[in-house]
Amino acid sequence: MIKAILIFNNHGKPRLSKFYEHYSEDTEQQIIRETFHLVSKRDENVCNFLEGGMLIGGSDNKLIYRHYATLYFVFCVDSSESELGILDLIQVFVETLDKCFENVCELDLIFHVDKVHHILSEMVMGGMVLETNMNEIITHVDAQNKMEKSEAGIAGAPARAVSAVKNMNLPEIPKNINIGDISIKVPNLPSFK
Amino acid sequence: MSDVVEKTLTALPSLLSLDSQSGAGKLSSTSKLGGLIRSITELTSKHEEEKLINRELAAIKEQVSSPNTSMRQMKEIMVRAIYCEMLGYEASFSYIHAIKLAQQGSAIEKRVGYLAVSLFLNESHDLLLLLVNTVLKDLQSTNLIEVCMALTVVSQLFPKDMIPAILPLVEEKLTNPKEIIRRKAVLALHKFYLIAPNQVQHIHSKFRKALCDKDPGVMTASLHIYLQLIKENPDSYKDLTGSFVAILRQVVGGKLPVDFNYHNVPAPWLQIQLLRILSLLGKDDQSTSELMYEVLDESLRRAEMNHNITYAILYECVKAIYTIYPKSELLEKAAKCIGNFVVSPKINLKYLGLKALTYVVQQDASLALQHQMTIIECLDHSDSIIKRETLEVLFRITNVKNVAVIVEKMLDFLKNVFMEPDILFLLYVGCFPLLSDTYSPNNEWFIQTMNVVFSLGGELMHPDIPNNFLRLLAQGFGSEEEEQQQLRVFAVDSYLTLLESDTAHLPQRFLQVISWALGEFSYLKDGLEPCKVTKLLAKLLDERNVTSESRSWILSAMAKLSAGPGAAALALQVSERYSSSLDTVLRQQALELLHLSQDPELHARVLPHGAAWDSFEVDSSLSFLDSFVSEALSQGAAPYKAPHQRQEELRQEKALSLEPYSISLPVSLSSCSITDRQSPTLLSMSSSLSGNSNELKAGTLKLEGVKRVWGKEGYLHQQDAVEEAAQVEEAATPALPLSPQQGGAESQQTHGDLTVVEQEKQKLASSLFVGLGSQNSTFLMGKSDSTSQQFRRKTRAADSTSSGVSERSSSSSHSSCSDFLHNNLLEDSQNSLNTQKIGVSNGTHEGPVTQSFQTTSKETSPFLDAGMVLVQPCSPQTELRDFVQPGSSGITQTSLRSQFPPELSQLPHSDISLLSSDHSLSLSACRAYRDDALLFVIILSNLKCCGSIFETFSTLIQVASLRGNALENLPAHSMSVCWYALLMEEPHTQVTVAGSVSYRAVPGHTQTLQFTDKLFLTDFIRPLTLSTEEYGKLWLSFSQDVRQNLKLIQGEGDPLRATLSALKEQLQLHIVDIIGSEGIVACRLLPDSPCLLHCRIHGGSLAVWLRSPLLSLPDCLLYYCQKTLEEC
Repeated sequence: MIKAILIFNNHGKPRLSKFYEHYSEDTEQQIIRETFHLVSKRDENVCNFLEGGMLIGGSDNKLIYRHYATLYFVFCVDSSESELGILDLIQVFVETLDKCFENVCELDLIFHVDKVHHILSEMVMGGMVLETNMNEIITHVDAQNKMEKSEAGIAGAPARAVSAVKNMNLPEIPKNINIGDISIKVPNLPSFK
Repeated sequence: MSDVVEKTLTALPSLLSLDSQSGAGKLSSTSKLGGLIRSITELTSKHEEEKLINRELAAIKEQVSSPNTSMRQMKEIMVRAIYCEMLGYEASFSYIHAIKLAQQGSAIEKRVGYLAVSLFLNESHDLLLLLVNTVLKDLQSTNLIEVCMALTVVSQLFPKDMIPAILPLVEEKLTNPKEIIRRKAVLALHKFYLIAPNQVQHIHSKFRKALCDKDPGVMTASLHIYLQLIKENPDSYKDLTGSFVAILRQVVGGKLPVDFNYHNVPAPWLQIQLLRILSLLGKDDQSTSELMYEVLDESLRRAEMNHNITYAILYECVKAIYTIYPKSELLEKAAKCIGNFVVSPKINLKYLGLKALTYVVQQDASLALQHQMTIIECLDHSDSIIKRETLEVLFRITNVKNVAVIVEKMLDFLKNVFMEPDILFLLYVGCFPLLSDTYSPNNEWFIQTMNVVFSLGGELMHPDIPNNFLRLLAQGFGSEEEEQQQLRVFAVDSYLTLLESDTAHLPQRFLQVISWALGEFSYLKDGLEPCKVTKLLAKLLDERNVTSESRSWILSAMAKLSAGPGAAALALQVSERYSSSLDTVLRQQALELLHLSQDPELHARVLPHGAAWDSFEVDSSLSFLDSFVSEALSQGAAPYKAPHQRQEELRQEKALSLEPYSISLPVSLSSCSITDRQSPTLLSMSSSLSGNSNELKAGTLKLEGVKRVWGKEGYLHQQDAVEEAAQVEEAATPALPLSPQQGGAESQQTHGDLTVVEQEKQKLASSLFVGLGSQNSTFLMGKSDSTSQQFRRKTRAADSTSSGVSERSSSSSHSSCSDFLHNNLLEDSQNSLNTQKIGVSNGTHEGPVTQSFQTTSKETSPFLDAGMVLVQPCSPQTELRDFVQPGSSGITQTSLRSQFPPELSQLPHSDISLLSSDHSLSLSACRAYRDDALLFVIILSNLKCCGSIFETFSTLIQVASLRGNALENLPAHSMSVCWYALLMEEPHTQVTVAGSVSYRAVPGHTQTLQFTDKLFLTDFIRPLTLSTEEYGKLWLSFSQDVRQNLKLIQGEGDPLRATLSALKEQLQLHIVDIIGSEGIVACRLLPDSPCLLHCRIHGGSLAVWLRSPLLSLPDCLLYYCQKTLEEC
């Protein structure tokens, strides 16, 4: 399970923090500080894994991070996640951000914190990896953004009408994945009810 | 792609630093968030930022409470509030508005509302209840996106008690035509399973449906649930192995659509997940493992080394191969793979390779041998994480032959990076003594290593280490007396040398160890004048940086040495100086020293030689003071009152609080007070029980003029008494101190050889990996034993202490008790971190001992707790001596039952089941249901031997009492029955009871038989008989309630009656009353936690409403109701 996702810049200023387990306000800030402290003093040519983040749950947990120019992307995960898998998930996340913001930079993350959160919630849900395909993620996020535009046009209309229009406009999210004949078939489930 | 990102982000600093204003302005010149961020970037100090944010928050507060703020503005305000919260400033006033936004806003505002809620609140926040209705509404919405938002927020946080309300809706979503909704619904159910497993018990079949979903995405999501389920209970899902293998085979074979590819690898994350599941399923199970050999082989083959993510798959594959039942062909390939990882120039892969090695060397140490050169190189790697992993590998391959070199390397590592107060280093320092005394090649080396550890570890070191070390020194390794003496003499020598040089840099803990050892053992050294040692100690005493705690250790060491002629004069000098010390503890010890040095007879009586570790008596009841007290009372002194009593009176007499004056005694009083044999810290903890703590608390009372029974003389009197209890030996004649360097020369030399030169490295490698090659198998066996060896030694120590105590049944020593507990705790922390041991004492002569243990455990717990992860002394553990008699090999139920004592055979009980057995002992158990407890009956049938028994129980059960027959000696061929009365402290659907029986078939050779059994909540449920009126009263007073619809049993007659009587039958409930279509039922969880059920027929099902004062009792009980009715 992913316990937390943190983004901060080279000076330790938080740019995004998302915790999938409950910590008190103070602990969260402490975790961010501690994580920054651990991560920032590591060279570029060392490994991307760290053990021993104390606050976030002890020895079972690992920090997996990537450093892009001014930003650190840090995932705190427990032992049930694959280290290299998460490392590539960070890459997918950053590439997705890059696509959504067209050449993402730190300022995008600052001014569109909500959008970054929305993108993240299409990738990771409740600490579990939901989607790893960049195109899928963008499709879902776009569908929501489209809704925003259509809504802006009819801002004054009563809510009931709005949802009716929405349903007309967005009957279905376009699907990239063709699951026709070659989808996975699960053979012989014995005690299947 | 990443290049683009890199480039963009590289350009950013200039943008931010030089052009921050215009950059921010360009992006959002109008928005208030823009303004806020712009002003924050301009700030220079934390203080200014605080001021600014507080201003901002005040503005937000004003805006949100204004009725004119539109939802649109509110959305913008929420984003600002999120920003402030992220920076660590609380914006709690906005929480309620976030909920309102989620409730009332249109879709896009709702999205921000939900986001704010999921960032602001937590699962137990009260406001969350207000969100439930919104979530319900959105789940029923026709708008896809609203449903998705609701599911997302549900999986982030949802109040546990409200799950039943939305569960049907979420379940329904599993059949939704949109795959994204099905997928999110599966993850929401996963979340429910994590926080309230009992409530989703009935939809396991739907998980299976999700696993077979035609959309691979939904199937992937369902794997999260299965990974969790299989982790908890692999046996129940073995039947799915074939399916998982089939899925993996298709994924690996490229049967998935191309969209699932990532860098041309088909669905890598899915593969990783499947490999993890397979390794859990195949663990220790040959037949299941055989199913997966082929697909694992294919995975290894297909994953070509070309991209990061294929390494991830390979790594999981290798781990799976080493976890499941081994197959040599695969192991070979996996080993090769690990080799590739280890030698890879990519640092991340090196890390994983080393990690895999730590895992693998336990099974196959020769693999480390293959890569010895790489490991040596990694030791000098610049990345401390890599170094740490390497040391971990080395730690696992430690044996008698290479221990010296490995420890040397570890010490080097500690020296280099010790500045970081990292807890892992504490761990390393902590594992040293284990390493050292398990494999220690010789005494000199051991002492040398410990000296280095002490001086490096400093104050960061866990206090157990010095304590254990001193115990070892006093008791020896259990080896010959001569060898022990040698060890002590060597220790004394090396310490003297240390003291003669500069002592300023030595940590306090080390000084304490030194002074204790010198005080105890310097007499062993021939020709060493006690006055020489005393002089050194006196010099130490005068050092500035020595803390008063260490001073008191030193003073007690001097007291032990003070008998000698030269020493007495010096002692006089020292005691004169410290008898006027401000520190009362030191002052008192100085006076003791004075008395002891002037009265050799007293000294010999109080501190005899060579009795370092014998248990000594402390009369904790202070009965020797009885005459003094009665005399004082007869002269009109006020009787003694307990501190709390006095406090009470004080409060009654005066409303004024005198708190500020209360701490009039120096706090250090509690640190150490008594001339002590083994460890002042330990003893003072327990001694505070009778003396100091009262004294401290009584500080307030002096002002009140309450006459203290513990007057000045009384206090001194008590001290004398304790001194009498302690014993010491005289100092011996001096000898030439041996240089400590000499002993360690060998290892030092090895260290010196380690240079960059390749040849030297090879030499080091050969010394590190010695013992891994030729006698591989023998080494491996020894290796796997290493923890248990350690464990056994500790047990022995515990044995001896406890038997020492039980011989003096009337009085017991606090310090040995606490040591004893200490030992147990250590064992605990080694064996299992999560389970507490609850031991039960049996037997006549040990009864009183148990009592005293209980008191002591309370007194010492704060000390023991310090740094002892997860373990708390909750109940003492003692051994249960039991003698088991042999029986015939075929034991039948009846023959076992015939062993039951009459009071047991009356009770209803379950079938007797065999728990475990070996060639000489067989262990069966059954549960008997007594009205006030569950009796867990253990029947031991034995063939030849006798032994002592340790039982371990799970945390959640309280052991109320134990009955059984304990025998000192055992005639052959019979059985023994003992039973435990168990209560459940905290409701759980099931708990595991684990324990072990140790017995000695051959003298000196202990064998252990492990057993586990599961106990269910229903075992602890008893009917609760009460009237309808009483029921009504109780109903209103309970706070925890749960409602659920259950299946109704359709049969002849009244379905309600039929259902309730089925429940009554199965679950031991009491039906209070049935009126029309409603019925009320009551039961209690042992010992006395009631749970009330209100049942009503509602539309073809049984609507059950449970209430109880206990948090999870209704949940757990509901689970069993559900199960019972499903089975009917």
